Amino acid sequence: MLTKRIIPCLDIQDGRVVKGVKFLGLKDAGDPVEVAKLYDAQAADELVFLDITASVQKRKTLVELVEKIAKNIFMPFTVGGGIADLTDIRNLLNAGAEKVSINTQAVKFPELISDAAKKFGSQCIVLAIDAKLVQKTEGRRQKTEDKKWEVYINGGRTPTGLDALEWASKGAESGAGEILLTSMDYDGTKDGYDLDLTNMICKAVSIPVIASGGAGKLEHFYDCFANTGADAALAASLFHYGVYTIKQVKKYLKEKGIPVRL
Amino acid sequence: MIAIIDYGMGNIHSVKKALELYGAKTKVSSNPQEISACQKIVLPGVGAFGDAMRELEKQGLVSLIREEVKNKKPFLGICLGMQLLFEKSEEAKNCKGLGIIKGDVKRFSDLNLKVPHMGWNQIKQRTEDRRLKTERCSLLKGMADNAFVYFCHSYYPEPENKNVVAATTEYGIDFASVVWQDNLYGVQFHPEKSQGVGLKMLENFVNLC
Repeated sequence: MLTKRIIPCLDIQDGRVVKGVKFLGLKDAGDPVEVAKLYDAQAADELVFLDITASVQKRKTLVELVEKIAKNIFMPFTVGGGIADLTDIRNLLNAGAEKVSINTQAVKFPELISDAAKKFGSQCIVLAIDAKLVQKTEGRRQKTEDKKWEVYINGGRTPTGLDALEWASKGAESGAGEILLTSMDYDGTKDGYDLDLTNMICKAVSIPVIASGGAGKLEHFYDCFANTGADAALAASLFHYGVYTIKQVKKYLKEKGIPVRL
Repeated sequence: MIAIIDYGMGNIHSVKKALELYGAKTKVSSNPQEISACQKIVLPGVGAFGDAMRELEKQGLVSLIREEVKNKKPFLGICLGMQLLFEKSEEAKNCKGLGIIKGDVKRFSDLNLKVPHMGWNQIKQRTEDRRLKTERCSLLKGMADNAFVYFCHSYYPEPENKNVVAATTEYGIDFASVVWQDNLYGVQFHPEKSQGVGLKMLENFVNLC
């Protein structure tokens, strides 16, 4: 049976892990390879590396880093952040990334998704969507079916006017093989995943969806899988700060009847 | 020496490193002579079926691969590298595969399924036919039944002769996730990305005589 995936996410800047791992006696908690090995040992299902390096110059080191990671861990990982064109994608895949995730550039040049899917296959093209609720009636709770979310790019700084559901459908039609969906409203709150958003997106597409943003407790993972069609749940600080290990999350889910790999 | 065929289709680092963990010497190459000089061959692959066949043709590797498999040199096809062993694929209708194993590669067509099939799923070893009762697939030696491996694909192989199927995986249907005939092995998942279970398989491949 295909199992639900638990995915730690690492932010990379200039080849180093930022907002780093704060637990266990790692020799160098800023070394992406060290951290990746740790999560490999915890039986994480996948890893996501998001490069937030600002300068294009230093981005070149990302390919070397990906190569180094691929030589040291034997598990799938996705690389995203600043991917501009087919050459970037080819370099990262050849370096050992299982998948690449594309966000800003897909909004600016939607044909990048379809070109990449044709060239490398849908299975390695992840469309990352940062979505924020459009507040209509101030102070009043909106009904789920009335809710709308807007897509943001440039690390959540720039609104696009795109409707998240429409954008997700378009991405899937263009050939994206997976959606990495981050709720900007829930990210960092530790209040749980945005179940309404996740649900709506899962219903809009027939490709796998990774829910992201808001995990703070074990129950949040269960709520996400029990109440939405999400295929995977991503978390960062929860794992980096050692609040829970991947194993603890999976054991909990298994006891609650969610299929996971233990 | 194990040849890892490099034809510009995806990651070779993990597979190379994994084989080396078990003492194998490896040669990453697209040169037919170099590949032919090795004792075993791995055909990895991520990407589109049509592009991959065109690359193999361009490098003069199609006849080499057919010849080496015919001569029973141990051969492992991974993911797309496994699909290429078949006659044709729904992914590239006008393009012929290597045609070493009879059968086609099909797209998951159940509308209730999410495609690609992505994540960790189980492989169930087939034991029912006569051959498999007396002889086990060496690649799966020491492998627990229903072990978890990592999948990432939209197409799956459908061999004509079910006797080549060493293991199946359930995703809407039971599809062939490990195929095996003589010294030829093909896996639809990524052993180089499947942590301990996958590494065990690669170790088995290294230790094949």
